[in-house]
Amino acid sequence: MSEDAEKGAVPTPAFAPWDDPQAKPLIRFQGVTKKFGEFVAIDDLSLDIYEREFFALLGPSGCGKTTLMRMLAGFENPSMGGITLAGRDIVPVPPNKRPVNMMFQSYALFPHLSVADNIAFGLKRSDMAKSEIAGRVDEMLGLVQLRKFAARKPHQISGGQRQRVALARALAKAPKLLLLDEPLGALDRKLREETQFELMDIQEKLGTTFVIVTHDQEEAMTVASRVAVMDNGRLVQVDTPERIYEFPVSRYVADFIGDVNLIEGRIETLTKDCATVVWAETMPPITAGLPQGIGAGEACVFAIRPEKVTISAERPPDAVNALPGKVLDIGYLGNMSTYHVELANGQVIKSQMTNQRRLARRAFSWEDQVWVSFTATGGLILMA
Amino acid sequence: MRNRFSWFNATSLTLGFAFLYLPILILVVYSFNSSKLVTVWAGFSTKWYGELFHDQAFMDAAIVTLKVGLASSTLATVLGTMAAYVLVRGGRFFGRTLFSGMIYAPLVVPDVITGLSLLLLFISIGLDRGIGTIVLAHATFSMCYVSVVVSSRLVSFDRALEEAALDLGCTPWDAFKSVTLPIIAPAVISGWLLAFTLSLDDLVIASFASGPSATTLPMKIFSQVRLGVSPEINALSTILISIVTVGVVTTSVLTKQAAVRRKRQEQEAAKQD
Repeated sequence: MSEDAEKGAVPTPAFAPWDDPQAKPLIRFQGVTKKFGEFVAIDDLSLDIYEREFFALLGPSGCGKTTLMRMLAGFENPSMGGITLAGRDIVPVPPNKRPVNMMFQSYALFPHLSVADNIAFGLKRSDMAKSEIAGRVDEMLGLVQLRKFAARKPHQISGGQRQRVALARALAKAPKLLLLDEPLGALDRKLREETQFELMDIQEKLGTTFVIVTHDQEEAMTVASRVAVMDNGRLVQVDTPERIYEFPVSRYVADFIGDVNLIEGRIETLTKDCATVVWAETMPPITAGLPQGIGAGEACVFAIRPEKVTISAERPPDAVNALPGKVLDIGYLGNMSTYHVELANGQVIKSQMTNQRRLARRAFSWEDQVWVSFTATGGLILMA
Repeated sequence: MRNRFSWFNATSLTLGFAFLYLPILILVVYSFNSSKLVTVWAGFSTKWYGELFHDQAFMDAAIVTLKVGLASSTLATVLGTMAAYVLVRGGRFFGRTLFSGMIYAPLVVPDVITGLSLLLLFISIGLDRGIGTIVLAHATFSMCYVSVVVSSRLVSFDRALEEAALDLGCTPWDAFKSVTLPIIAPAVISGWLLAFTLSLDDLVIASFASGPSATTLPMKIFSQVRLGVSPEINALSTILISIVTVGVVTTSVLTKQAAVRRKRQEQEAAKQD
């Protein structure tokens, strides 16, 4: 499968300035390195972020995503390399002079000020006329639906409301760029999901560029137009959520985003449009699309998402890849069930099936002999 | 279980209160004694209070003490807050360890030595001793207490608040003034009160640092007592004790009420999600 064919597999979104060679990035990191003593937090990183993007920095804690964001806010300076915002070098600009605002993980609401005064805080320090400030504060309160709470102090409102005050405060000065540091981390799951959509609505309405830092991959996938997966101070992959999920460039990305079955093996044959992977002596080889940068005979990892693996009682007659095994575990999640199938050589394959019908009798039970099957395009061969 | 009466608890409570407050109680009772002899009860009277207010030397000493207390605690609060801020927020800088050690030194150095060394300093730089030198001396030793109180508050202070202020357009000084200071204000105020109390209390350092023109109340009381305890001093002490008691009780009631109210508001707020 060629690069173009891969791109065709995922519909190109209407908004894709990153594919336009004419587009000028709003933010440009060029060869940025940040060291804290001996520790390298950011390692020679280059990245372009475009106007109106909702850009997510995703990675485990300590991967450098927060450092990257703090460099945009001005709280850290790169040890090497340059950062430009709308073509202007911002490295020497102090935080209070940058057209960038940040929503903090702890919200950092000023406890001694009312909700309205918190939102007005930045406006009072801008060149906005005093007469206009009240109007702007009211507009922001309306945006986050907190008009009723204008006079309350932060400790007199709930966590979800505090989160919205923090957002309104950061947006009040109409920054070119809004930074969100784990903005929904403190909310419970239901509220978090609602707020994700609220954030997307607000971002779309205002057209402000958002950069969000998160360790929650679902959150990144939901809100972002593009996601940068980071590891050890480097970017591993920068792409749309769909492509990150369906075409991870490495085992790390495949494993970090979503659930995945990883099968270690070696490439046996490479033909014009497919490759075969041998992975266990007693098992038939796996047929999959052509890998990139791996030659015949080299070690590789075959990655396939659980929802692309089908379970059946009989071997499907037309299946490209079908492996026998027995059901080890069944996880019922309501909307779907996850089956853990142990193959003859001990390898466990996860398969996810949606529960489309209520009250359907479960087709498989523990210890049942089953076949797991998947198509040639269902999985990916990645470097070991 | 918790509220059950037991003889052990009752006894230890009584002994504890007696140990702490019996001396003070005796002092208060004898301040209302009409006899000039401190140890002989001769009926209730408030005459010593009246005499106290007509004793010019005592009133002068009280005024000196108040002046010294206000000036030195304010100076100590400004310096102590600055020191705490630098120590907590300054990161690593050259001489930090030495600086923090030196700030807290007066906590452990005996007053006599602090007083003596200050005296030597004032003499060697030719500073005339008086109210000014007592203020300097008191500020020097009470600054470390302010610094301890304020830095413990700063350590628990969410640094993101200051960053948010910078992010929203504050200069570092503006951020300190409009965010940090209002939030740490309770600690700064308690630091000030502590410094003020220490200054009112101090006898040793004031004795070294003062000159003939300035006598503080503790110095005055001490010199009087050496000539014999007079009922006037009992009256004066009772006044001081009342002032302190009223102050402490009021602040603790107010703090308690504020905490209860805040807790209730937080609980109500949490229900809104």
